[in-house]
Amino acid sequence: MLSEDDIHKVAELARLNLSEQQISELRPQLSKLIDYVAVLEEVDTDEVEPMVHAIEQTNVFRDDIRSPPLPREGALANAPKTDGKYFLVPQIIEH
Amino acid sequence: MSILSTGAGELLAQLNRGEITSVELTQACLNQISQNDMNVGAFLHIDQDYALEQAKAVDNKRAAGESVGPLAGIPVAVKDVVCHKGQPCTCGSKYLKDFIPPYSATSIEKLQAADAVLLGRTNMDEFAMGSSTENSAFQKTHNPWKQDYAPGGSSGGSAAAVGSRMAPLAVGSDTGGSIRQPASFCGVVGMKPTYGRVSRYGLVAFASSLDQIGPFGTDVTGTAALLQALSGHDPLDSTSINKPTPDLLADLNQPLEGLKIGVVKEFQADGIDEDVISATDEAINVYRSLGAEIKDVSLPHARYGVATYYIIAPAEASSNLSRYDGIHYGHRAEEFKDLTDMYRQTREEGFGPEVKRRIMMGTYTLSAGYIDAYYVKALKVRRLIRNDYDDAFQEVDFIASPACPTPAFKIGELINDPLAMYLSDMFTLGANLAGIPGISIPAGMSSEGLPIGLQLLGPPLEEARLLRAARMFEQATDWHQKVPELVAQ
Repeated sequence: MLSEDDIHKVAELARLNLSEQQISELRPQLSKLIDYVAVLEEVDTDEVEPMVHAIEQTNVFRDDIRSPPLPREGALANAPKTDGKYFLVPQIIEH
Repeated sequence: MSILSTGAGELLAQLNRGEITSVELTQACLNQISQNDMNVGAFLHIDQDYALEQAKAVDNKRAAGESVGPLAGIPVAVKDVVCHKGQPCTCGSKYLKDFIPPYSATSIEKLQAADAVLLGRTNMDEFAMGSSTENSAFQKTHNPWKQDYAPGGSSGGSAAAVGSRMAPLAVGSDTGGSIRQPASFCGVVGMKPTYGRVSRYGLVAFASSLDQIGPFGTDVTGTAALLQALSGHDPLDSTSINKPTPDLLADLNQPLEGLKIGVVKEFQADGIDEDVISATDEAINVYRSLGAEIKDVSLPHARYGVATYYIIAPAEASSNLSRYDGIHYGHRAEEFKDLTDMYRQTREEGFGPEVKRRIMMGTYTLSAGYIDAYYVKALKVRRLIRNDYDDAFQEVDFIASPACPTPAFKIGELINDPLAMYLSDMFTLGANLAGIPGISIPAGMSSEGLPIGLQLLGPPLEEARLLRAARMFEQATDWHQKVPELVAQ
């Protein structure tokens, strides 16, 4: 069983504020899933290359041709906060 | 036969012959929606004027003798996960409640170029994570055959729209069975193409190495026509296949000779519904009677599919969904302490429980100290699963199985048991891990009156033959003609 501390740590990595109730629900659910997927341990994979993608292509090149970018208004249209030119974010650096 | 109970392939033919107009057909669909969607809940967004405007434009083109596209005038519903410039695209998430994409997916542009009528946006599990459409932040979708049952998921809205004949065709996305499983539950045709056959540009990402856009239809011919229009290499998606798409319609009605169909020993597990077993056996008998040879094949690693999938898909999801940071689009929390807390609070407020569960699962299996034991291990087993399919396809042309272990389950039945919900994908997710095409076709009814789907899986790039095999079955049976009560005959 994952500890409460494990859940807190993962939530921090995932950037999720979780309530105590959510944590107490997630603990058994995630533990059950982790236990379930542990079945893979019984498969011998010593000589097997990981398969990252369904169609294994490498180096897909294209010509370097300029094309019109997404207009600024389009890029900003869905942002929660902008000044019309830039995305606005909360203050990051202390004075 | 009413316009609504006519199959998509026949509707296309009637449009082409000028026997019906797109406005008539589109209006019939809109009427069906306004009369029934309060009970089904398939659509999240409908713009009647826009739909009729498109229909009128196609009718005018035809009347003027101009050349028209291959889907000219046929209404197509689109899962709310494929960006359409200027239309809502919520992905079933509160986070993207007000998101209006500034560009269109390649799939949308292809549908427009084919002169399809984009009818509306369909409900789905949030970010396509789920098997019942219950994870939508906005509404429940009900199975058109029985309202207290789920339509399947995650493309449950598209499947229910086609099942209740609100649209003859629909677009969905399939990451672990999200087209084939709801197609099976709603009694329609649903297909996941080979990975890379259809561009993912503009498809909101869930698990990028597994996601694939695909068609739903009331029949195989319509489904093939829709897939034809969606397919093709796209320079904007570097994982799309740079090979010409074969003609999916040319030989569609011609039966395949010397067909060999495989039945998977490892799929004959406990927990499969009796009605599903007998419908699958009967479907295989249909193929036998059509001259196919039925052979046992083995997929020795099939039993590890669900575990492999539920490591890889959440891992990719946790990475993909890190883009939801409250800055570029979508929700932002109003109250927070600092930048990091803004991320945390925004995501806490914007995401529902299943999305959080998968982000947590994926973050855990990717975190330092666990990545080799879980994620890399799963990638290795994924290769073994792919190799199993490659070996099987040395022996047979296609693999037949149930699309799902059960007919539709009840709304609420599995929602609090994630693992049980995940197990309903056991027959479908192998195709996503291996990247191969699969189709679910109507092949029976349960004793309770719920549809049962037969799944056929084929080797990579074999969509044309797979559709022909499906069409053979359709020509020999009438399951695809059965419609729920809410469709007036």
